[in-house]
Amino acid sequence: MAKITIDKDKCKGCLLCINFCPKKLILKNSQLNKQGLNYVEFKENGGCIGCSFCAIICPDCCITVYK
Amino acid sequence: MKKVFSHPRSLRNIPTHYCPGCGHGITHRLITEIIDELNIRERVIAIAPVGCAVIAYDYWDFDCSEAAHGRALAVATAIKRVRPENIVFTYQGDGDLAAIGTNETIHAANRGENLTVIFINNAIYGMTGGQMAPTTLLGQRTSTTPNGREAKFQGYPLKISEMLAVLPAVKYVERVSLHNPQEVLKAKKAIKQAFQNQIDNIGFSLVEILSPCPTYWEMNPKQAMDWIRDAMAKEFPLGKIK
Repeated sequence: MAKITIDKDKCKGCLLCINFCPKKLILKNSQLNKQGLNYVEFKENGGCIGCSFCAIICPDCCITVYK
Repeated sequence: MKKVFSHPRSLRNIPTHYCPGCGHGITHRLITEIIDELNIRERVIAIAPVGCAVIAYDYWDFDCSEAAHGRALAVATAIKRVRPENIVFTYQGDGDLAAIGTNETIHAANRGENLTVIFINNAIYGMTGGQMAPTTLLGQRTSTTPNGREAKFQGYPLKISEMLAVLPAVKYVERVSLHNPQEVLKAKKAIKQAFQNQIDNIGFSLVEILSPCPTYWEMNPKQAMDWIRDAMAKEFPLGKIK
């Protein structure tokens, strides 16, 4: 099973990854990071297919994809 | 489990100053991925523009220079002529390349300098507060065209890529977009081709990238991506121009 990790301190919460994830496995978080912005988190064990769409569209390069 | 997508070596691992959803971050990553893939990090020299990307050299881990507003291609010409063994590229927005720097852009292209130009077109002046740019679409509201751009008063959107493509010294012009992951991959392919052309001494290559500016388009990042697809890509058709 594939998975992603998100560098929460670089995330700016633009939510583009959430919009482009075909499995809807990325969720908005209500907590704030170092930049004072809401970051996103990954839902583990939800059937990630490792398509990398989230990482390709991420403007802040905070997603690493493992497959 | 194998790492299939991670941070490029040439991109510094620090948060950028760009707004959430800005296309500069995606383009910075594409350029650094290509530089890593072509293994030219030690040879590349970037010219940063004036605009939102003015401190791009803080994010790129290779040699960079800064140019006066619009003069990136003049500086790049000098560097490439003095150091032809280096790979020189400019990274410019529409205010830099198509407004104040139109003269330098057209003449560098007409001389056929062996350079790579990355042209970020977001149809607005981002750094100075969302004023009308030459590439602003008809009817688009900006802080200097509050009722929308009118052809009668402000003219038509400037299609600099099509203008440059008619010059015989220009070898490669392609317009790409960042509005979904598939288009981002096409943009990467085009940028890689533009760098490869310089390595192969083919000549002047320009890639125009339609990039979102959610802040001054007054949209959320997803709406901005959709607006590129629905409005900008109609005015600025995607694909290879030359």
